[in-house]
Amino acid sequence: MTLPPREAEPPPGARTPPPGAETSSPGARTPPPSLAAISSLAANPVLSSWLALSPGGTVTIFSGKVEYGQGVWTALAQIAAEELDVALPRITVAPVSTDGSPDEGVTSGSLSIQHSGSALRQACAQARAVLLAAAASKLRTAPTALTVDDGQILAAGRPTGLSYWSLASPGLLDRAAGAPVPVKPPGRWSVAGRSAPRIDLPDKVTGRPRFLHDLVLTGMHYGRVVRPPALAAELLSTGDPTLPPDVRTVRDGSFLGVVAPTDAAALRAARLVAKAARWHVTESLPDDGDLKRFLLSSPAEEVPVESRRDEASAAAATTIRTAEYTRPFLAHASMAPSCAIARWDGGAVTVWSHSQGVFALRDAIAAGLGLDPALVTVHHAEGAGAYGHNGADDAALDAVLLARAVPGRPVRVLWSRADEMGWAPLGPAMLARLSAGLDHDGRIVTWRQDVWSNGFIGRPGRGGEPRLLALAHLAGGRPMPPAPDGPPTGAMGSTRNAVPGYHIPDLEVVRHRLLTMPVRTSSLRSLGAFLNVFAIESFMDELAECAGADPVQFRLAHLTDPRAVRVIEEAAALAGWAGRPREDGLGYGVGYARYKGLAGYCAAVAEVAAENDVRVRRLWLAVDVGTVINPDGVVNQVEGGAIQSTSWATRERVTFDRARITSVNWDTYPVLRFTEAPGVAVRIVAAPGQPETGAGEIAQGPVAAAIGNALADATGARVRDLPLTREQVIRAIERS
Amino acid sequence: MEQQELHVTVNGEAHTLTADPDSPLLDVLRAGLGLAGPRFGCGLGLCGACMVIIDGRARTSCDYPAWAAEGTTVTTVEGLRDGDRLHPVQQAFLDEQAAQCGYCTSGMIVAAAALLAANPAPAEQEVREALDGNLCRCGVHGRIVAAVLKAAARRPSGQAAR
Repeated sequence: MTLPPREAEPPPGARTPPPGAETSSPGARTPPPSLAAISSLAANPVLSSWLALSPGGTVTIFSGKVEYGQGVWTALAQIAAEELDVALPRITVAPVSTDGSPDEGVTSGSLSIQHSGSALRQACAQARAVLLAAAASKLRTAPTALTVDDGQILAAGRPTGLSYWSLASPGLLDRAAGAPVPVKPPGRWSVAGRSAPRIDLPDKVTGRPRFLHDLVLTGMHYGRVVRPPALAAELLSTGDPTLPPDVRTVRDGSFLGVVAPTDAAALRAARLVAKAARWHVTESLPDDGDLKRFLLSSPAEEVPVESRRDEASAAAATTIRTAEYTRPFLAHASMAPSCAIARWDGGAVTVWSHSQGVFALRDAIAAGLGLDPALVTVHHAEGAGAYGHNGADDAALDAVLLARAVPGRPVRVLWSRADEMGWAPLGPAMLARLSAGLDHDGRIVTWRQDVWSNGFIGRPGRGGEPRLLALAHLAGGRPMPPAPDGPPTGAMGSTRNAVPGYHIPDLEVVRHRLLTMPVRTSSLRSLGAFLNVFAIESFMDELAECAGADPVQFRLAHLTDPRAVRVIEEAAALAGWAGRPREDGLGYGVGYARYKGLAGYCAAVAEVAAENDVRVRRLWLAVDVGTVINPDGVVNQVEGGAIQSTSWATRERVTFDRARITSVNWDTYPVLRFTEAPGVAVRIVAAPGQPETGAGEIAQGPVAAAIGNALADATGARVRDLPLTREQVIRAIERS
Repeated sequence: MEQQELHVTVNGEAHTLTADPDSPLLDVLRAGLGLAGPRFGCGLGLCGACMVIIDGRARTSCDYPAWAAEGTTVTTVEGLRDGDRLHPVQQAFLDEQAAQCGYCTSGMIVAAAALLAANPAPAEQEVREALDGNLCRCGVHGRIVAAVLKAAARRPSGQAAR
């Protein structure tokens, strides 16, 4: 790979690119006007905090974004390889740690490519310039006379004997990033923009140790937490269980756990301790069979989200429709129960966690236990797939609390499956009430949407609270305050995608955030977008029916954004919408959304067979996620999102009695299986020149909506309450 | 806790171990033999992350008591490859990029290898049924099925499975 010199190469340490840089590199991506626009780099400006030239001819890149199966490390490696002009296998991604990684907040919100990718790209471009300047100085030539081929410095296309690694003197990259420089335009990419195999998969198909769960530290002991028998319970007495002498029991208030030399011994001891303990249980949960009542009758804070009034247009409404849509509480149900290791050394604490936000976790542990954050280090190690704020952070505090009892010794805590399902934060139950008016031409002229939900923004540190499970159980602990929901504007929390993306002159959207939190809630993939898009897109079909319009045409008639139109047309074409078969018990439906109203576009068509059960047979999706780094990575994320959304929409519902979660294993919380998973076809709609957006969450809402609409098409009955089960269909048919 | 001697052949190597006979085989493999491939997912045999091949059949090892493994031959995902050559199913998983988080992958590969050993040319529906005891939360089902079919297509028919 030999590339022509980039004319915008700045001298080392230059604060601004040379005059004319932007115009003299046709096609080069114009850099942002200031470093502030590259938020992660502005926050962590030293180049060596992003990359290091490592012995053996490799480049180590540092990111604050963690890998959990979404393939982000591969995409980030592609970006770095591209900008540095080195082959992809030379790039190694360093594990994320509060000790040495750039602080990029939490790995969430489908923002890793925007945040970390843009920072790495710019840091690598500037590092390349620094290295070329060093080479030019040695060769007594101008940097613009040099090119790079797989890290080797070339002059007039010939080797100079210099390479990145021979030029790398200690401290060379310990300099602050200058003003943004132009980066390579996608048209000249040879590594980025093409499908690259995931760098983490060879370990995973051969069973090599890779997960935190596989990490065994010298002298490590094993801890288990004995959770209360109910969400609200107080430990009255530990009783007097007979335990082996090498087992240590840890009690602090209602926090109870054991530490033993092996996990098997810890598990046995935990069972004995659980059996002997006496608790006072309080029934604190609502009726899981009447979530509407819980949502509508709980005290709530009412916040306007969007209001654009056009009374004249609204007055033209000749038909008014109103409907309510709900989702139950949903579980992360990750394949691995949460795990953590901690070591307590005097005042210092070291933690290994699969948290999505190691910096926030560090601060929350410190705040929760009254420690100096500077004495707490959190290293990330991979866990199973994470789809939001799961139990990882809570397990980390558990490990710290148990390790505190055996100073100097690493203690690993593994949650049971039942604790994972019963104690990790859940995605909140939600209700969306929609009301809209059509004019006599069948156009939507007015829309009101009210959303009831607990907050989604319950990660450690949010709302100024550590928000770690065990803190509420410690002596003197207080119940975790209800989760915040983020600012009402900016598509946060329950109101993510609550504002329809259609052209509607008169519109009002209101959030009702619940002020009590009997069931702990926090972020789950796509936040409120899953229910809001399901509701909006179901309602769009209901309105289309009122207007006597085809669902696809009805949507297109209310859209002006050509990218939105394009994904709907592409998905419809992919599915053969116009020529879809009309058979009894078989239905087709469409769903569309632009994620957050400002990120990736996704349209889905579903084929559903409703005979004895609700069976999603096929899904067709078209997505526009702007410039794509790893096309196969995007397709994998969209396929996975589509299947997980199918599972949520047709199978999943957290159940509880008045004291505890009862859906605590795979038999009581079934997820979609191989014989039930639909075939999924994904088409990426090219969007040259558009900025990158995330792909991991865009399918959740549109797929659920497409399934709901296909089910209505198949049965003639509209099911508005998720999950879309056989029982719900029967109820809907009885109602209609 | 009673300890007993356990004789088991794992990935071609005969082992004599001391183990609690009531402990799950998964513990013996992970804690006793240091194998990371079989993974703990639920402890009740409901998710398949811990699957291994015991005397030719794919089984969950988290609910398989150690005493029942006495005298058996066990293959884990680590034992499928032939020297440097990956098992066709492993190779097909890479070719199809058939994973996201990869936590369930060991069990999937083991279940698929056992399927192909018994049925070298399965239909798609047979693959889906064979993997129905393996859960994937990331939603990679389509790629996994495609990988197993690809591995099957590559195997010379009648070749004995490892």
